[in-house]
Amino acid sequence: MSSRTERAPITQEKETVQTWDIIILEEVCKGCAFCHTFCPRDVLEQSDTFNAKGHYPPRVKAIERCVGCKLCEAVCPDFAIFVKERSPSKR
Amino acid sequence: MTATTQSKPSQEEHPITRYVRKDRIPHIYCPACGIGIVLTAFATALDNLKFDIDKLTVVSGIGCTGRASGYFEADGFHTTHGRPIPFATGVKVANPELKPVVISGDGDLFAIGGNHFIHAARRNVDMLVLCINNFMYGMTGGQQGPTTPTGAITSTTRFGNIENPFNLVSLAASAGAVYVARWTVLHARRLAKSIEKALQKDGFTFIEAVSPCPTLYDRHNRFGSGLDVLKLYKEISVIRNFSDPMKAEIDYSTRIVCGEFVDEEKPEFTQRLAEQSARLQKR
Repeated sequence: MSSRTERAPITQEKETVQTWDIIILEEVCKGCAFCHTFCPRDVLEQSDTFNAKGHYPPRVKAIERCVGCKLCEAVCPDFAIFVKERSPSKR
Repeated sequence: MTATTQSKPSQEEHPITRYVRKDRIPHIYCPACGIGIVLTAFATALDNLKFDIDKLTVVSGIGCTGRASGYFEADGFHTTHGRPIPFATGVKVANPELKPVVISGDGDLFAIGGNHFIHAARRNVDMLVLCINNFMYGMTGGQQGPTTPTGAITSTTRFGNIENPFNLVSLAASAGAVYVARWTVLHARRLAKSIEKALQKDGFTFIEAVSPCPTLYDRHNRFGSGLDVLKLYKEISVIRNFSDPMKAEIDYSTRIVCGEFVDEEKPEFTQRLAEQSARLQKR
């Protein structure tokens, strides 16, 4: 086979999927519900338990749906939620 | 999938809080207040630009939004009522290396400090004015102010406001600001991009952030909780970039016109001052 026709298969590298962690700092949350209302992928929901100040923080409902758009981080008024790329070792 | 929430704040640190005084968090703002979103957008813009915190001065006036200068790691002024822009002008003239950012409310900037605003815009002093507009005086109990819409109910206009409100973007554009934009707090990412753009510009830049006040304005006028107001913003806000600012009205019942309205270049005040001073010293 000549070198012109030799080529590596297209799917040579193993396909990786970007995964994300959502970190919720429950104690600084004021329960405004912006993050789980405006999440475009419906990843978050309101939790049943309240924090020390009596507000209901969000909790993660389905992390596999998260695409890392970070809208929850942008609309949070209290610096209480952020999205982090999951480290490859945990994958 | 295991739950990934963590309840202990000490374990994980919010990535943008290196620009924020962590000992001051949680801040004083009411649940669902929009000021926090603007602070987040500002910190995000600083983080995206990798802005040198030593070149930044945050100046704020009096009111809920006036507390903002205390929440940033940068040098800050919490000034007298209505006077953040004169303080910022002084900062800029004394040390042109610094970038003053005025974060203040509509009552502070346009009622008490109205003349300072238009003259700083006319002189084109290099600063970013970030006005958080909640349509009345928040901290003092919800009194009618210069941006209160006609017919709105506040603590001092119990039968409806009979005055006409200011159109802030039109005022800033006609006074000579080089960059004018308006966003609601729901446009958090566009707001952050806009702040980034304004921080890089040389001249007087003005950004208005329309914010809910769930404790006073939205309660008096029966708009519901802060969440309901943000849902309303999602329905009625339209983006019209570079449209006529005179026609960019805010009406909670029909529409809020958002977008960038002015983006131009003009000679800046402190540069002209330095040029003139150098020219006169040669004589």
